Amino acid sequence: MNTQLQNAPGREPQARAAAERDQPFTVPPVDVFEDDHGITLLADLPGVSRDRLSVRVDGETLWLEATALTAVPEGMELVYGEAEYPAYRRQFTLSRELDGSRIEANLNDGVLKLSIPKLEEAKPRRIEVRVG
Amino acid sequence: MLNASFRPAADIFSEFNRLQGLLDQVFRPAERSSIRALTGATFPVINVGTTPEAIEVMALAPGLDTSALQLTVDRGLLSISGERKNEVPEGDNTSVYARERFAGAFRRVISLPQDADPAKVEASYRDGILRVSVARRESSKPRRIEVN
Repeated sequence: MNTQLQNAPGREPQARAAAERDQPFTVPPVDVFEDDHGITLLADLPGVSRDRLSVRVDGETLWLEATALTAVPEGMELVYGEAEYPAYRRQFTLSRELDGSRIEANLNDGVLKLSIPKLEEAKPRRIEVRVG
Repeated sequence: MLNASFRPAADIFSEFNRLQGLLDQVFRPAERSSIRALTGATFPVINVGTTPEAIEVMALAPGLDTSALQLTVDRGLLSISGERKNEVPEGDNTSVYARERFAGAFRRVISLPQDADPAKVEASYRDGILRVSVARRESSKPRRIEVN
C-alpha cells in the first residue's frame, strides 16, 4: 500500500502551499563544492522519485522541495523510527556570477546532483545608436 | 496524513531522536543561507516496522552501490554494512563549502525478534531506500483454531 502526504482537494494552491510550509520537514544533508566550471550540489533525498522532486530558482534563491514515498505493506506498525518526516526542504542563495537558468539536475538512487554553471564572462557589447 | 513508515513510535528513544532532529534543524536552518557558507549523522537512518507476516526494516541509504552492500542474518542479528564513496573531488582547483553527507564505511545491526525466520529474507533497493523484509516463522503467525 502506498501512503503519502496528501492535501485536501479543492483548496487554493496558495493555501495549500501555506499548509505545506507548516508541515514538519527534514533538512537534507548536502555536499557543495566549486570548480572552474561552477558549483556542484549533492543532496541526500532517500525515497524521492523524479516526479516528487521540485528544484526551483526564484531570483537568487534556489529551492529544493521533495517528498519521499515508500511502499509499505498494509497493516504495518512502526516499532522504531529514526526518520520521521517524508518531506524534504532546503533553500540556498545563489551568488551573482552563477547562472540559475542553466542548472542541470540529476536524481539517482535518492541522491540529487545539481550542476550550477558560472555565467559566461560578460562580453563587451557594442550598442547601436539609431538616429531617428 | 503522515507516511506510515515515517511516523515516530511512541517510545522514549524516538522522543530523543525527535529532540535530536529538532536540534539539528535549529543548527542547520532551512532558512536561506549562502551556498558557500554551510556546515554533517548516523548512517543509514533506519525505521523498523512489523506486520503479522514479517519484520520490515527500511534503511534510508541513498547513493549506494548495491553490489558493495552486505546483508547478513546471524544469531538473530540483521547486519547491514557497506561503504559509500566520497563524491567530493579533491584538487587544488576545487573549493569545498559543505561536506554534510556521510562518506566511508558503515555498519548497522538490528536485533530481530525470536520468531524471525533467517531463511526467508528479502531485500530490495529503490530510490535510495533499502528495504529488508524478514519473514516470521509459520508457527508464530496468528492462527485460527477450529473448534470441533
